[in-house]
Amino acid sequence: MAERILLKGNEALGEAAILAGCRFFAGYPITPQNEIPAYMARRMPRVGGVFIQAESELAAINMVYGAAGAGARAMTSSSSPGISLKQEGISYLAGAELPSVVVNIVRGGPGLGGIQPAQSDYFQATRGGGHGDYRTPVFAPNSVQEMVDLTMEAFEVADAYRNPVLVLGDGILGQMMEPVALPPAREAPLPPKPWATTGAKGPGRRIINSLYLDPVVLEQRNLWLAEKYARMRGLARAETVGMEDAEICLVAYGATSRIVKGAMQMARREGIRAGLIRPVTLWPYPTVSIREAAGRVEAFLVVELSLGQMVEDVRLAVDGKAPVHFYGRTGGMVPSPREVLEKLREVAAGMGKRRVVAAGAGA
Amino acid sequence: MRQIFAGTDGLTQSTTIYCPGCTHGITHRLVGEVLEELGVTGRTVGVASVGCSVLAYEYFNCDMQEAAHGRAPAVATGIRRVLPEAVVFTYQGDGDLASIGMGETIHAAARGERITVIFINNANYGMTGGQLAPTTLLGQVTTTTPGGRSAATAGYPIRVCELLATLDGPAYVARTSTHNVAELHRTKKAIRAAFQAQLEGAGFSMVEILSTCPTNWGMDPVRAMEFVAKEMTATYPLGEFVNWRRGN
Amino acid sequence: MPRVVFDPERCKGCGLCLAFCPTRAVGMDEGLNRMGYHPAVLLDEAACTSCAACAWVCPDLAVEVYVPVKAGERRAGVG
Repeated sequence: MAERILLKGNEALGEAAILAGCRFFAGYPITPQNEIPAYMARRMPRVGGVFIQAESELAAINMVYGAAGAGARAMTSSSSPGISLKQEGISYLAGAELPSVVVNIVRGGPGLGGIQPAQSDYFQATRGGGHGDYRTPVFAPNSVQEMVDLTMEAFEVADAYRNPVLVLGDGILGQMMEPVALPPAREAPLPPKPWATTGAKGPGRRIINSLYLDPVVLEQRNLWLAEKYARMRGLARAETVGMEDAEICLVAYGATSRIVKGAMQMARREGIRAGLIRPVTLWPYPTVSIREAAGRVEAFLVVELSLGQMVEDVRLAVDGKAPVHFYGRTGGMVPSPREVLEKLREVAAGMGKRRVVAAGAGA
Repeated sequence: MRQIFAGTDGLTQSTTIYCPGCTHGITHRLVGEVLEELGVTGRTVGVASVGCSVLAYEYFNCDMQEAAHGRAPAVATGIRRVLPEAVVFTYQGDGDLASIGMGETIHAAARGERITVIFINNANYGMTGGQLAPTTLLGQVTTTTPGGRSAATAGYPIRVCELLATLDGPAYVARTSTHNVAELHRTKKAIRAAFQAQLEGAGFSMVEILSTCPTNWGMDPVRAMEFVAKEMTATYPLGEFVNWRRGN
Repeated sequence: MPRVVFDPERCKGCGLCLAFCPTRAVGMDEGLNRMGYHPAVLLDEAACTSCAACAWVCPDLAVEVYVPVKAGERRAGVG
């Protein structure tokens, strides 16, 4: 087990990118992700990489486009409003099939919003905030260790599928410090990129492009991408806790999932048999895990730092087989385990079962 | 007979979509010839922008990337930084460079980014049918200034060379024209100097090239050349604004 | 072989070569090319001095220019 060191989420993520062989980062200041560009500004020159503070998030994502198109492993990070500015660029990265990693340390919205943690960018991340039929894998870490592991995985997936990949963190994960075991730096050379524009003339020249004015060709292009997105379905995964005997299934991701796990354990002590499904990938969504649970549990309780976005994916997966309740705080407010427990009790009561509440517990 | 004028292998054999008499085609040839004469086509990566020259990646005979509208200098920056040995250029129109992409233009120049920008100023958005551009002349009729551009509602023309000349990052900034053979020779000279600034690592370089748009101006190609010669040069004086070789 | 060769299928009939030819040696063909333009054509070969103005102002790379090789001059290749 590698030696564990105490690292702040944002910085751990930056180091993970470098360990994954990322040698181009373009960023822009926005709270709560500022430590990522600052970290890259210190580290990239030391590993022979490139750090640029771009004039805007728009410029940053397009710099990533150029660098990725030239064959480098490239990344940009931002927070909610900045990620909105990058949506066109992400659509271009998908259209031109350029491997890249985009990190969103989500904050309260909409508009200028706030700087506290939130998960209200779920729709944007999983449905795509840009134009066209494109998809991007979305990884949702729930610890500083996963900020490292999932970011490194994001680079491998990006290259494997020649696609932009999103890492969806939040202000909690970005700002908190936790012990982390840093994996060894990637030794293997990057996957070959014969398509990259590294300078060539004549028939052997390469073109990075997403323009297809002929609709016949553009449709073929889309069908080719759709086939790739279908192959990505295999990436879907979720962590499950206490689902063996669960009668209520909690669904939560990211930092929220740890609050919900606390509430789950408190509920079990009160005799409420709750389990947790924690999606690690938000796209492709782990529908199979949810659907399988839908056959066994009596109700779902989805908890998010938003007014309810992932809950729709849960309802799609449950497909009417069980009621799907929702509890959320938004705008940067973060629920306590006790608040989630309260909601759990309501759901349990609502299931018509007499809950034997041990004397004095849960007062 | 000895051939004294031929095609250039800086361009592909494709014919272009440009309208008859549009000087985009001439400038393409000049850039292609300069790349060929400098012997760098084989290590060049060009960035095409969005506008009439959106298909430039089919015309330049080197690696090309298609940028989102206004973002070519940012794309070029990404390429430049990861490919230190490559020759990197963008080819942009006035809407792309001076309107939606003005931020990218100024900051690439302010960074002294070692790229060469070929800037086609034809005083309107050509591809989309002739709208107002930042470079449209006062009084000039476009589809979005039907009564002629009035400063009261559509502001004043932007002189990009003069803007960038206030920055320390540019090594070479010049404005030339295409309205006759002599000007075309000066344009080619300027394009060569711009690429040499990049090759010598002197910094950012840009050539603003006054160009015609016969179709949207509603003029025949020859009349359009005269419009550039008389009307456009009055608002956009020709000359070198920054030249690292002259220390200015 | 003429001093100037126009490629009728690349020419878009824009007339710039005709306008900028210092000796009025260029005209537009009566016929149409595949794109439906009247391509440029060398009308007065004698007037042509191989100055290449037509080639310089051509937006479509439709012009090749040649110069007679004087008796003792044997250099080949493109100028």
